[in-house]
Amino acid sequence: MSNQTYDVAIIGAGPGGYVTAIRAAQLGLSVVVIEREHYGGICLNWGCIPTKALLRSSEQYHMMAHRAEEFGLKVEGASFDLDKIVARSRGIAKQMNQGIQYLFKKNKVNVVDGEAKIKAKGVVGVTANGKALPDIKAKNIIIATGARARTFPGMEPDGKYIWTYKQALVPDTVPERLLVIGSGAIGIEFASFFNALGSKTTVVEVMDRVLPVEDKDISKFALKQFKKQGMEILTSTKVDKLTPGKKDITASITLKNGKTEQRTFDRVVLAVGIVGNVENIGLETLGIKHDRSHIVVDQWSKTNVDGIYAIGDVAGPPWLAHKASHEGIICIEKIAGVKDVHPLNPANIPGCTYCHPQVASVGYTEEKAKQAGYKVKVGNFPFVGNGKAVALGEPEGLIKTVFDAKTGELLGAHMIGAEVTELIQGYVIARGLETTEKELMHTVFAHPTLSEMMHESVLDAYGKMIHM
Amino acid sequence: MPTPILMPALSPTMESGKLSAWLVKEGDTVSSGDVMCEIETDKATMEVECVDEGTIGKILVEAGTEDVLVNAAIAILLEEGEDASALEGYTPPAIPGAPVAAAPVATALVDDVASKQVAVAAAPASAPAVSAPKAASKSAHFSSPLARRIAGLEGIDIGLVTGTGPNGRIIKRDVLDAVKNGVAKPQAVAGFSSTAVDAVAVKALYAEDSYEEIAADGMRKVIAKRMTETARDVPHIFLTIDCAIDALLSARKGLNASGEVKISVNDFVIKAAAMALIKVPEANASWTGDSILMHKHADISMAVAIEGGLITPIVTNADLKGLAELSLNTKDLATRARDRKLSPSEYQGGTFSISNMGMMGIKQFTSIINSPQGAILSVGSGEKRVIVAAGGDFVAKTMMTVTLACDHRVIDGSVGASFLAAFKGFIEQPVSMLL
Repeated sequence: MSNQTYDVAIIGAGPGGYVTAIRAAQLGLSVVVIEREHYGGICLNWGCIPTKALLRSSEQYHMMAHRAEEFGLKVEGASFDLDKIVARSRGIAKQMNQGIQYLFKKNKVNVVDGEAKIKAKGVVGVTANGKALPDIKAKNIIIATGARARTFPGMEPDGKYIWTYKQALVPDTVPERLLVIGSGAIGIEFASFFNALGSKTTVVEVMDRVLPVEDKDISKFALKQFKKQGMEILTSTKVDKLTPGKKDITASITLKNGKTEQRTFDRVVLAVGIVGNVENIGLETLGIKHDRSHIVVDQWSKTNVDGIYAIGDVAGPPWLAHKASHEGIICIEKIAGVKDVHPLNPANIPGCTYCHPQVASVGYTEEKAKQAGYKVKVGNFPFVGNGKAVALGEPEGLIKTVFDAKTGELLGAHMIGAEVTELIQGYVIARGLETTEKELMHTVFAHPTLSEMMHESVLDAYGKMIHM
Repeated sequence: MPTPILMPALSPTMESGKLSAWLVKEGDTVSSGDVMCEIETDKATMEVECVDEGTIGKILVEAGTEDVLVNAAIAILLEEGEDASALEGYTPPAIPGAPVAAAPVATALVDDVASKQVAVAAAPASAPAVSAPKAASKSAHFSSPLARRIAGLEGIDIGLVTGTGPNGRIIKRDVLDAVKNGVAKPQAVAGFSSTAVDAVAVKALYAEDSYEEIAADGMRKVIAKRMTETARDVPHIFLTIDCAIDALLSARKGLNASGEVKISVNDFVIKAAAMALIKVPEANASWTGDSILMHKHADISMAVAIEGGLITPIVTNADLKGLAELSLNTKDLATRARDRKLSPSEYQGGTFSISNMGMMGIKQFTSIINSPQGAILSVGSGEKRVIVAAGGDFVAKTMMTVTLACDHRVIDGSVGASFLAAFKGFIEQPVSMLL
């Protein structure tokens, strides 16, 4: 077996690597995946899926404890068991992880557990538990090593008081006072979880708004909602230093007005971005180009070295599981010589955040569209104008669409509110098929659904909104 | 053997027309003289009669299709005894010598009508000696709505764009590339695109609810096209002269007093212009590009405003007609023009035009020449003016100001002036027209 030369060796079995491996096998290529820790990667084990499980618990709890009466329900003494919440989340991660193993087996994907390092063109060395395994030979090597939490000097995670996502997913306690540094998707999701379970939550964001990659109107709307839920949100604010004490931790914070403050918290979640895992995988050996922590690739995920590719987080933003998977499929189909392969259009990759209310978007924000020189038409529709949303008890939300006034191209869609992470797909398809406002207007949206708001937003952009 | 029924030319210059309605359907038996369909040109709707006998085997061009090229097969006629099975494997003939570029399909909108019309224009694979490399424009092509929209805005023939999307679908990027690389622009002859008006740019200036958009009909498109071309391509010069018409008015009064005729001032103007053209034949001329056509007859096109535009029916041999006959002639033409009942031969041709806006109180104006004619006379209103008479006295006279627009390629200023002098002579002394 070890003398075999594989068609492709994939380093990392995250959502980029494992999907690519399965597709490679489907295409009839011999494929091996080298994984150092978990099949399914961060996404499945320490990211997307377990956080969704936690958030489901906290949202259900919030509903029982604070909103039951509103729905005519009687709940007395609502409480929760953190250990069981975490256990459920871990159980789901495990179930998914096993699912990957099953898929590997089903598709005859070879798996090697260990740490991979590219030794030469077509040769990958593997070590497991400090011992070297036989080298793996492959015509093509795909690097899919992912990324990890970014840290800064003066605030290194200690695993006890200063958490990254990894510790935050298996918390020993619901901290009384929680500091979340960073208001991107990861930070806000943990803030939502702990805040709902009763933590006095403070979110610090260095930019001037929360969810800074989203459209400004969405950030503004989200800020209001977070504050309403009792979170303290400090924008244009910087945490300079974290000093662990005996039982708590002190943060030195520079506020918007330039004043510094010392604040004490029980726990801190660091969510200040991620860095690609480019170390110790042999990039230097072959001179594979990387820009800081990201490997430089072309539109087909090819590096500057023939036969070596990189996909997913390690190949640069957006750091999203679905981007990694899609990139991997394009990459492997190109390698296999499949006809009619098309590069990924970054502007068609949706982004979702599972705070409450949820946030989802695709394409240009209004601001970015204007910067790009478009004359835009903008539509807005609030959840309060939608019967289904009100019936669900979710009247807080907004759907915003941005069109090119000249061509009617749907430049972007930005949503906040219940289930928008499911709704966004409609607009992603619209963008993918290059529909104009006309086709969207002519589409029949079922009633009563939240989706109707997607229609209304488009209509509003052209002054034809019905329900507001 | 199946026989193709071809799109007829309703006039010598007709290139294409709208097949507005079918009066027969597939399976109908027809005989010579039966009305088969209605064809609409820019200025008239005509009924087309069947010249053969047989059964309508297949209708190839649906009712409502615009810009059907002359001589394109519009239906297939089966002979007696043949049934629909005779159609199998039958291909209607090509339009002889029809340049592919002439297919006015370059509008780039791949709506059904356009694709059908392409199919008509270029269906037969055996199109003779046409080296259009991309006649493939006719074939079905998948394209995104956005790609089609942009192609329309940019005036790109989307059929000439290479698709790079899934399964060769034409996507936005492909059209933008085509724009950048300058390919796929329809040739100017292809349609009305030469007017180069950017509809979107025009609309962008106005709030969407501040106007009502009315689709241009065939006549409006022709007016837009012809006026643009003539104003752009023909070097106009304008000559203005005043005519005293008191004598004309009193002569008219005398003639009309009998009650038998009702001659208008315009009739006198037509007659005078026609006689002036015969007297100064150099003014009765057309430019062909490398020669001059000296017309032997004075066929006067008179501009008649009709609903939605204007039309220029022709008073043929106006120089030879007496005022009574001429007057009946103009009334009949004007009436039928307003009813859109003119046959093409009654408004196509003409050697000289007259536009009279006197009845609308216009004192003086200029016109765009009705190409390929060499000149047009713009006639203002008759009005009392104070004139300095020969002796230096002020006298009141009824004056009419006319302006001659000449195509300077064929009518120079002095020729125009001679024509106007002759015209003035006839108008001011109408009796001289009897000579």
